[in-house]
Amino acid sequence: MTEKMILIPGRSSKQGTSLNVGKLKEEYIEVTSTLEMNTDDMERLGLVDGDQVKLSNEIGETIVRCTGKKPEDLPAGTLFIPYGPPSSQLMASDTAGSGMPLSKHMEVEIEKVVS
Amino acid sequence: MTENTRIVENATCTFCGCVCDDMQLHVDLDEKRITKAKNACILGRAWFAEHTIEDAPAAMIDGKEVTIEEAIEEAAQTLVNAKFPITYGLSDTTCEAQRQAVAISDIIKGNIDTTTSVCHGPSGLAFQGVGESTSTLGEVKNRADLVIYWGGNPAESHPRHFGRYAVTPKGMFTPGGKKDRTVVLVDVRKTKSAPVSDIFIMPKPGKDFEVLWALRALVKGKKISDDIEETTGVPLETLEDLTDRMKNCRFGVLFFGMGLTMTRGRHFNSGALLALATDLNEFTHFVAKPVRGHGNVTGADNVVSWQTGYPFGVNFSRGYPRFNPGEFTTVDTLSNADADAALIIASDPASNFPKKAIDHLKNIPIITLDTKQTDTTKDAHVAFRTATYGINTTGTVYRMDDVPITLRPAFESPFPEDETILKGIRKRVQELMLAKHQARGGGGEAKVASTTPL
Repeated sequence: MTEKMILIPGRSSKQGTSLNVGKLKEEYIEVTSTLEMNTDDMERLGLVDGDQVKLSNEIGETIVRCTGKKPEDLPAGTLFIPYGPPSSQLMASDTAGSGMPLSKHMEVEIEKVVS
Repeated sequence: MTENTRIVENATCTFCGCVCDDMQLHVDLDEKRITKAKNACILGRAWFAEHTIEDAPAAMIDGKEVTIEEAIEEAAQTLVNAKFPITYGLSDTTCEAQRQAVAISDIIKGNIDTTTSVCHGPSGLAFQGVGESTSTLGEVKNRADLVIYWGGNPAESHPRHFGRYAVTPKGMFTPGGKKDRTVVLVDVRKTKSAPVSDIFIMPKPGKDFEVLWALRALVKGKKISDDIEETTGVPLETLEDLTDRMKNCRFGVLFFGMGLTMTRGRHFNSGALLALATDLNEFTHFVAKPVRGHGNVTGADNVVSWQTGYPFGVNFSRGYPRFNPGEFTTVDTLSNADADAALIIASDPASNFPKKAIDHLKNIPIITLDTKQTDTTKDAHVAFRTATYGINTTGTVYRMDDVPITLRPAFESPFPEDETILKGIRKRVQELMLAKHQARGGGGEAKVASTTPL
């Protein structure tokens, strides 16, 4: 099952500490590949913590692991991921004359990766 | 603790834009590492602990170790032979290094841009359009009784912003600290900053502009329809309550983050917030400050502004500086395949730029200056490993409120400073450009010299 959701990449403490260790190190790669998701949305899509999901849009796609957040903390249909190489795969390059690509509030399709 | 330990008082953390200058660093001089960083936050502790001396070559060409002189020569040749050389990054180095980077771009008739363009660049545009009612963080600490954070999560991105500057510190007119302040957080998700706030407002994603514009109307005494909640997710009573608090505080501050600049609307969102702060000055004292990310991104804005007249996205191809975001900003110069060589200083665009921009970057020669290996340095034609500013080098950085601070280094690095490498490249490109100029029959040095002193 595929659904459309809004992806918000941003900073997190873990991302900040792990980038000091090194951006090519395992810790940073894991942090930037972990997607926070509303637990109600996860249940509906048959997902549990640690499951792999594919995020895609007209720009590209990436596979990340999901982790649940309470519905009062993260609204339904909204996803959060620490900035990094996976979120770049989905970012459009058009800056609308501003220099800034739309780096938050990206429309993506999400589906469970069945292994 | 070994015997060969040094303690550095009042050192500065340059990880984020808070630039906290009250660190007490315990340095193991034998191991060349910082063993304790008193007063540092979780991000600062990682910054100090992880910047050790790694066993790596100081300079490489195509992955092979070379001398620094050879690398400078190759970097200069690459830049001079390019038709559209770009310089990018600069937010994690000193102002002294930044001014050399501007000089290089000037001499080679290149393009210079900083990480501001993908951070608060839209706010920079809004400042030009709307203006900025501003203050230092010291004034906030001493005076602010209403503190609003909009589209940011300082608890995770700037952990000491609350404790050192804006929420809990006791100031001259805020002797009770947090008791004397009301803290409001506006964000589309309930972040770790929410527990610090007295009032948490959660608009629908992408509706910040509408909420800000409704607040402007309410401040001016206009009526707002009840269906504002349907549009924005925020009830009218919440907006009316916030309006009352904003108009009746003694000193209010709006801190804003990339929740405004990176979403649809970009500079219009920042502009709406700046206009709201301006409107409120008819009733009380109100200021607005962007919460800046990297340690010296504010310095980059200042240096590029005072040297070129513009804060970022500057092009010298006609021999004088031109500013055009959307054309001379780095995501655009790369995505449009304009750039044919890149000098990347203390930044990692190959990790966090849009895919199309990264794809082009990987097809052109890259020169990097960085303290660690990154996705960008991995693909570099010429890679310099440099010393870490604030830990190994002195220099000047600007705090997010434009206050300059001098750095106190903890221990020496075997790697050169960014400024030293950039001075070397600058000297060599000047010689090469002069030779080119003379080969074409031109005379004099003036046309290829930068006004920045070496």
